[in-house]
Amino acid sequence: MTITNREVNYIAELSKLELDEVSCDKMKSELESIVEFMATLNKLDTENAEPLTHIGNLTNVFREDKVEPSFDREEILKNAKNHTEECFTVPKTVE
Amino acid sequence: MDVLNLTALELAEAIKKGEITSKAATESYLKKIAETDGDINAYITVDGENALKKAEEIDRRIQNGELLGPLAGVPVAVKDNICTKNLKTTCASKMLECFVPPYNATVIDRLQESGAVIIGKTNMDEFAMGNTGETSYFGCTKNPLSKELTPGGSSSGSAAAVASGEAVIALGSDTGGSIRQPAAFCGVTGFKPTYGTVSRYGLVAHASSLDQIGPIARDVRDLAAMMDIIGGVDPMDATTLSTEQGYLKALSGDVKGLKIGIPTEWFNAAGLDNEIAERVKSVAEVLSGKGAKIIEISLPFIDFAVPAYYIISSAEASSNLSRFDGVKYGARTDSENLSSLYKKTRTDNFGDEVKRRIMMGTFVLSSGYFDAYYRKALKVKAVIKQNFDEVFKSCDIILCPVTPTTPQKLGQVQDPVSSYLTDIFTVSANIAGLPALSVPCGVHSNGMPIGAQLIGNTLCDKQVLNTGFAYQSEVKL
Repeated sequence: MTITNREVNYIAELSKLELDEVSCDKMKSELESIVEFMATLNKLDTENAEPLTHIGNLTNVFREDKVEPSFDREEILKNAKNHTEECFTVPKTVE
Repeated sequence: MDVLNLTALELAEAIKKGEITSKAATESYLKKIAETDGDINAYITVDGENALKKAEEIDRRIQNGELLGPLAGVPVAVKDNICTKNLKTTCASKMLECFVPPYNATVIDRLQESGAVIIGKTNMDEFAMGNTGETSYFGCTKNPLSKELTPGGSSSGSAAAVASGEAVIALGSDTGGSIRQPAAFCGVTGFKPTYGTVSRYGLVAHASSLDQIGPIARDVRDLAAMMDIIGGVDPMDATTLSTEQGYLKALSGDVKGLKIGIPTEWFNAAGLDNEIAERVKSVAEVLSGKGAKIIEISLPFIDFAVPAYYIISSAEASSNLSRFDGVKYGARTDSENLSSLYKKTRTDNFGDEVKRRIMMGTFVLSSGYFDAYYRKALKVKAVIKQNFDEVFKSCDIILCPVTPTTPQKLGQVQDPVSSYLTDIFTVSANIAGLPALSVPCGVHSNGMPIGAQLIGNTLCDKQVLNTGFAYQSEVKL
């Protein structure tokens, strides 16, 4: 199947990745061959199969609705490049 | 005492008896790492100072008569996608080069409670995406048996460290073969447990429905001892199952009447090296000599397993890796707006294979393609699971190769699809959530080791390990 440059750029946008022209062309041709490979699955009749998401028979594994201490705020902020004493900081998102 | 040539259990026994201290053993391993790792590059981080402190503490507790776990005092290497509190955990990525987790993975807590000593974090393919070790941001690991060859991946460092004598036992993770394949390529033993048997809390997620943490060691007994420590239900991982420990105790070596299935289609797969096929089949002969029955079985979906695996795993990976956005942890490329912050951070700090998988995953989940690819792959997953369920009605253990070839040269340029196809024998066990063991079964005429794979039914981990143990008891390689 052919993938257009427009589609590659759209997927890159969804993936929050930037591709320059050279990487876009390379990615396009790699994606095309991978997608062609994935299309092998069309040779298998799965008419009577239901999609299987979880192996095993677990459903709704809950815990007691009890308040328990979480992490120390300072610990959690330690790995962030930009933060105040209380929060992670990001560029302004709303004008 | 030749400390570096003991198995993990032998070392633990020697420590318990006072024949050697944990501190001395840890020092020996640190010395070996210092001498060897400049060449092999199995480790990203060596935590020598803390390892020795912990070793001294364990020595004191043993001297005080405290009963500790089966590997108390033994130094353990940990794949660098498993969170270790206050010890850098990088996933071999520029994105997490400076990340220091504020918590331990459950398996690490359990290791520490049992008295094991974490000696360092091992190299791997970036975010566990790869099967040669070459996608690591910190340079690839070399195969200790032949340094121009790949040790396999993605648990490249863990397998190489055990093979080179830089570790007696290590933890790896397996999403599509990442414990079993490097174990086979490095001539050591590796185990991927039944999905849900070992907690994934603290394992940096690649594909959440496929990932499992498992041990790599010199023999099956050591793997079983490690399973006794790390296995079991965990309230922090809602996909874990209530299982009973006792893996080491269950190693009887008795395989009388055990039915070993040889999948016809797998041994006829295109590209399977003849010598590998023959050596793997020889495992059947050894087990037959111990009373097992060998039967032919049919697993016809081998051509569909790899594409299904790559659709499912890349879809899940694209979702799991969306958390790396420069905000809460990891690298950050500052930018004037939020969208640009995300894009530049991710573009600058993910390697090519990671970006490729994120793009693949986003593609198969995107509107217009979701049904044709992702939903189709989940149906194929159901068909593969059904096939295994049928087959396990007539056999107990499946015997097959781990890899179609022996390790290739490092630096060999391969198109993505060809490299994905080398996972042909390993991905099915992840798709179906089954326990699978890789044991060395001989040496190829090219000098490289060959691994045989034993796959069991869901939650039959003890039976799989016991079969491997029976084989290893008979054959000294």
